Amino acid sequence: MDIHEYQAKEILSGFGVEVAPGALAYSPEQAAYRARELGGEKWVVKAQVHAGGRGRAGGVKVCDSDTDIHQACEGMFGAKLVTHQTGPEGKGIYRVYVEAGVEIEREIYLGFVLDRSTQRVMIVASAEGGMEIEEISAQRPESIVRATVEPAVGLRDFQAREIAFALRMDAGLVQSMVRTLQGCYRAFTELDATMVEINPLVVTADRRILALDAKMSFDDNALFRHPQVSELRDKSQEDLRESRAADRGLSYVGLEGNIGCIVNGAGLAMATMDTIMLAGGSPANFLDIGGGASPERVAKAFRLVLSDKNVQAVLVNIFAGINRCDWVAEGVVQALQELQVDIPVVVRLAGTNVEEGQRILAKSGLPVIRATSLMEAAERVVGAWQNDQAQAIKVRAAQ
Amino acid sequence: MSILLDRNSRVIVQGITGRIARFHTKEMIEYGTSVVGGVVPGKGGETVEGLPVFDTVKQAVAATDADTSLVFVPPPFAADGIMEAADGGIRYCVCITDGIPAQDMIRVKRYMWRYPKERRMVLTGPNCAGTISPGKALLGIMPGHIYLPGHVGIIGRSGTLGYEAAAQLKQLGIGVSTSVGIGGDPINGSSFRDILELFEADEDTHLIAMIGEIGGPQEAEAAAYIRDHMTKPVVAYVAGLTAPKGRTMGHAGAIISAFGESASEKVEILSAAGVTVAENPAVIGEAIARVMSKERAA
Repeated sequence: MDIHEYQAKEILSGFGVEVAPGALAYSPEQAAYRARELGGEKWVVKAQVHAGGRGRAGGVKVCDSDTDIHQACEGMFGAKLVTHQTGPEGKGIYRVYVEAGVEIEREIYLGFVLDRSTQRVMIVASAEGGMEIEEISAQRPESIVRATVEPAVGLRDFQAREIAFALRMDAGLVQSMVRTLQGCYRAFTELDATMVEINPLVVTADRRILALDAKMSFDDNALFRHPQVSELRDKSQEDLRESRAADRGLSYVGLEGNIGCIVNGAGLAMATMDTIMLAGGSPANFLDIGGGASPERVAKAFRLVLSDKNVQAVLVNIFAGINRCDWVAEGVVQALQELQVDIPVVVRLAGTNVEEGQRILAKSGLPVIRATSLMEAAERVVGAWQNDQAQAIKVRAAQ
Repeated sequence: MSILLDRNSRVIVQGITGRIARFHTKEMIEYGTSVVGGVVPGKGGETVEGLPVFDTVKQAVAATDADTSLVFVPPPFAADGIMEAADGGIRYCVCITDGIPAQDMIRVKRYMWRYPKERRMVLTGPNCAGTISPGKALLGIMPGHIYLPGHVGIIGRSGTLGYEAAAQLKQLGIGVSTSVGIGGDPINGSSFRDILELFEADEDTHLIAMIGEIGGPQEAEAAAYIRDHMTKPVVAYVAGLTAPKGRTMGHAGAIISAFGESASEKVEILSAAGVTVAENPAVIGEAIARVMSKERAA
């Protein structure tokens, strides 16, 4: 789960990471008021969306007057911000963060991630912070400083000092850099984060180390023990269908194609998409119904897939282990009876209780196309879809 | 022979009183696995499927000589259950539980390192379908009837995709020595590389099928191991060639995983290491059959 910059800053400052003074606003008027409250002569107005690359996309504006702030906000509220991390549809701006301007001496990149290779928390830092961190790492990988943390003892001060010196910080700043690193690490582990990123972390003209931006993501599996983090969820930043699916125990990702997929297991779901592509079709979604799916959950999956108006055929591919084919079949029958589906539906069942599942499908009398192997299923669904398209063209021509 | 699991494995089920655990315990016994008991704190003295339930793993091991454990404990307590198995004298543990916090798994891995290698428990999973040595024993949730006994070792991240491969092999009359699910979580007990090493040393395994997917460094690490250390042929499939790139918020992940995370990069790396890569999931079985007949001819 992702959170907003202002929320991440609030969390991190609670762990001793210094941030610039700032406040949240829900309207241009409020933003201007917040700026007056903060005082000073320069402010930065930042769109709060769950994505990086805001600066280049026009989501960060430096302002030096009331009018300026109003203007900046008018362009933001209600608009969609499109960055290289949001996809073409962008993310809606409903909140802005107003921050007091600071005089920057230098910028640093700092990130904490779960490293799958060492299976530990890894710290990634670069003396060249700012927007081009991915390019720096591609072009000059040696400029990136890395350290992994031994989980039994946590981040040691000497490691934090090593990072500070590797970033060429002068001795006077090392202590506050150690405090910043320790604060981030504690926030990461104590709140079950999967990512903490500060880009840029800046050294100000008055020799302080401040987080000017902050991103945090959290482990969905650990939210049960952090209700205060769960509360920060902002559904306006999530894909509506994806979050609706998640609420129903389904894992869904919408795609561009027109063949809806209902599969159990993430690996098999991806393999099914690959096979549809190979058979000449294009998948409309990734959908994993998970283990132990009840008929109701299968029916919900059907409703979800069909809510995508681009879907012109559906492939159900279930290889049951912990699932049961009879329950899946019941769910398919339930959904088809209730939804009056008029597009081709191909069902491939295998594994636990497969005979019972086939019997339920056959007995229902519904026009379900059955398949036994994965390839056959993909070919049938693509074939049926093509056939449907050809007929639709004929009908249109006849009219 | 087989790896990790055979007729002599004495199995306990942690969390045996749950609905799903009960069902699969019965299935495992029917398959011929020697399940000797269960562990649920506070339910010691009860019986499930005629098996004694103990309060702790140590009690279960003392009473039944168990050396193998299957963990069905719910996510908030699963990591603790795995560590209890590691400390209680269990040699091989499969964790089925899906949804364990990643940092709990980091702690589990660190905890297991406390033991010297010869006493260290082997863990596969979590979030996997389990392990089966066909005709000998089943430790997990897979349908046993889709596996024939034979000489192909299977390692897979995805449970159901592993079933798909086994079913294709059965169709072709090809059997399996052991099939190991390593699970889909970012931090898992054993990697492809760890299990490849076991199969390389197993006389009964003649060929290894490796079923990977997008994300993570494990396939690339396995490729390096195969190139440098494996004498047996390896056939692979990588799911997710058509999957969209994940939408992530920060940059840090992208920096540490520069190359080798997408399906096409994995295919490239594995092919370069001499692995035969099945181009699509429907032909995993055929690809294995082809390599086997080539080996036989050589």
